[in-house]
Amino acid sequence: MHEVSTAPAAHHGPPTTFIRKHVFSTDHKVIGIQYYHLALVAVVVGMVLSWLMRIHLGWTNAAIPGLQTLSPNGAPGGVMTPEYYLQLMTMHATIMVFFVLTTAPFAAFGNYFLPIQTGAEDMPFPHFNMMSFWVTLTGFLVLVSAFFVSDGPPLAGWTSYAPLSAIGKAAGPGQGAGQVIWATALAIFCVGQLLGALNFISTVLDMRCKGMTLSRLPVSAWAWFITSCMGLTAFAVLMPACILLILDHVAGTSFFIPSGLVINDQLIPHSGGSTLLWQHLFWFFGHPEVYIAIVPGMGIVTHVLVTNMRRPMLSMKAILYSMWALAFLSYMVYGHHMFVSGMNPFSSLVFSFPTLMITIPSTIVVLIWIGSLYGSQLRINTASLFALGFISMFVSGGVSGFFLAQPSIDIMLHATYFVVGHFHMVMGVAAMFGIFSGTYFWFPKMYGRMMDETLGKIHFWLTFVGTYCIFMPFHYLGWAGNVRRYAAFTDDYLKPLIPLHQFISVAALFTGAVQLIFLYNFINSRFRGKPAPPNPWEGTSLEWIMPSPPPWNNFGGKDPVVYHDAEQYGVKTASGADYIMQNSPEQALPGGDGD
Amino acid sequence: MGKFLAVTIIVIAIASAIPVVMHTWEPPADISTHGHLIDSQRDDTMIEAGVSFLAAQILLAIFIWQFAGSKREGKRKTFPGGAKGLVGAALVLVGAEVLALGAFGTKAWATVYFTPPKADAMPIQVQAGQFAFYFRYPGPDGKFGPIHPEMINEGTQNLFGLDPEHDVESRDDIVTAEMAIPVNKEIHLLMHAKDVSHSFYVPALRVHQDFVPGLDLSLHFTATQIGKYEIVCSQLCGLGHYNMRAYLEVMSQADFDDWQKKQAAAQ
Repeated sequence: MHEVSTAPAAHHGPPTTFIRKHVFSTDHKVIGIQYYHLALVAVVVGMVLSWLMRIHLGWTNAAIPGLQTLSPNGAPGGVMTPEYYLQLMTMHATIMVFFVLTTAPFAAFGNYFLPIQTGAEDMPFPHFNMMSFWVTLTGFLVLVSAFFVSDGPPLAGWTSYAPLSAIGKAAGPGQGAGQVIWATALAIFCVGQLLGALNFISTVLDMRCKGMTLSRLPVSAWAWFITSCMGLTAFAVLMPACILLILDHVAGTSFFIPSGLVINDQLIPHSGGSTLLWQHLFWFFGHPEVYIAIVPGMGIVTHVLVTNMRRPMLSMKAILYSMWALAFLSYMVYGHHMFVSGMNPFSSLVFSFPTLMITIPSTIVVLIWIGSLYGSQLRINTASLFALGFISMFVSGGVSGFFLAQPSIDIMLHATYFVVGHFHMVMGVAAMFGIFSGTYFWFPKMYGRMMDETLGKIHFWLTFVGTYCIFMPFHYLGWAGNVRRYAAFTDDYLKPLIPLHQFISVAALFTGAVQLIFLYNFINSRFRGKPAPPNPWEGTSLEWIMPSPPPWNNFGGKDPVVYHDAEQYGVKTASGADYIMQNSPEQALPGGDGD
Repeated sequence: MGKFLAVTIIVIAIASAIPVVMHTWEPPADISTHGHLIDSQRDDTMIEAGVSFLAAQILLAIFIWQFAGSKREGKRKTFPGGAKGLVGAALVLVGAEVLALGAFGTKAWATVYFTPPKADAMPIQVQAGQFAFYFRYPGPDGKFGPIHPEMINEGTQNLFGLDPEHDVESRDDIVTAEMAIPVNKEIHLLMHAKDVSHSFYVPALRVHQDFVPGLDLSLHFTATQIGKYEIVCSQLCGLGHYNMRAYLEVMSQADFDDWQKKQAAAQ
């Protein structure tokens, strides 16, 4: 491994045409912004779908204005049918997990800032990088096209358990063309992410500038690196699984369909497949995917916090080792999704212990964050508010993992809203808080303008309280045995829970509407925000040594030289500043508060 | 603003805990012989998770309150014990906590899954299909006739694909749409999926098991309270998933015998 970059200073020239500059660009920064914009479009679609779902769950017979126009079959008279509810749910989850929670914190911010933070001019394979975005966008467009086929999108959920997902049209609306489109979209998405992961890994291993040893890499760069390693192995399993699923539909194979299945009195002409095989393949990808969504958020939040606390973390090493431990353990625990699936009950115990052990690195990270706040000079701005909110959400979502890690308790909580609350809190809301924190923090660098802090803080407060109002009650519903993925609650023991569902729906509509403040702030600041200085937050990592936004070749054709890690905060310097930038040869004077 | 955030976090943490402490939303009361093990494991976990949740949120809030906007005054204070103390605490306390939970939880799990049904347990077969459960009792011969999937026909009510003409064991099988069982009698439930994955979830019985197409599974349990309870499907199975349910009637042995006779006569 090279300790010092040997890459030439300029390995591609400046873009000369509009198309090369803004559309088919090989510049990692443009690709990062493209990913971010894709995530923005996707999150708007995903959020509107969740609004529709929540209205239906609160008031099952309510006619939703305009919905009939969108889908005459799915919502006759504007009232959603049960199958249309499931179709919207499947699309909501697939869009959010893949095209928001994976693309924004990992592909968008990672693309933009990983090369810069490592001191590289670009990634080693810029054309693969460009391809990665366009392939991912194609995946998104293919997925959304499922809305426009005759039966609509699939209804099997984002986990698409076989054989419901494999049998085809006979299994239900959307299970024919819609399901094939879904699997195709994800297989395409995987290709895009594999290309991205390869680039990220080789950037960190081979493109670091002089002096940027691995131990000097900022924590966010480490998080993207760890995530890439997970992505490389996880997406490499999902892709073939999706291809096998497609083959069951179009080539008459039976990977996931056993013999003897009967639908509408017709024997399904397949035999020899295993339904549990899909679950094993899916969750072998699916559990690391949870960490692919959250680890970049942990890196971003640590980076934002350390900048705003004006002190180093108590132990950055402990955070890094914990993130590696999470990544490693994420492959050992996937079976906790399958405790009551019918796999050997002994396996449940084998999967339970490493799942419980995941609590240890998670706790270490949380304690280091909280312990580092002690004695800090915490600056409150929108980015740090979202970072602190992230910690609170991560704790709230994390503790419910204690229950779900145990097979005996899972007997009561499996497939209930408790699980929905758990993963929304941890990989949904906490990850979103990481994205928001990163956005408010890096927007000035990416767009050269400051975001409005007042609007940002209003956005934080309403979102923080709103998301708790939505997702904490999910746990109560699950505790009472409320099964998830129900289009209506008609069981006797579920009827008393409907008022709680209505409360959640109101909170969800409100919190969703609050995001319009963010969208307005984002778009308005993009064009009318105050011009951003190079280093508005007094940060130390390399993105802050360049103009905002940076030039096409990042460091102006020069290779930066790094002398410190990115945690030189709270130090005493000759200039009076309380920080030293990574590329500054200046040494801290004795007498700083860290001494 | 930091102080306001600190107060908000504490208010949210306490408000979140109130419904749990007050038992505002609870599952149906347990009616099984093994359920108390699950419930006590769940309640023990709630104490550990609840304490961790409140401690972390309150500590976070206190430090935000104390240090937001503070200026450097002399040497920086470092958390007592530093990183080593915190990592040690996480390893020892949380390690012990999760090991204890894992070890005690194993007992509840083992009771359900690692003990075989008693020799005199009553066999009942349940078949899950879009979007109904059907039940089969073996009749006086105590044997289930084989299932012939190609003969399943809802129109002729041959719901299990039985062939009484050729299979002697099928002739006295009793097929019903609701599940009746005698109280305090162990049931050996044989699970068969007709089409896609489903689940057999009876919150009151503390029983939850997926149906796996192509793989017949079994469960055993004993109900201790006479009454009518809901069996619901928890594994997404298609458009009617939300509506897939059946009732479990727990009866006295005498009532069950009468019920079975009536069902046999109606076949």
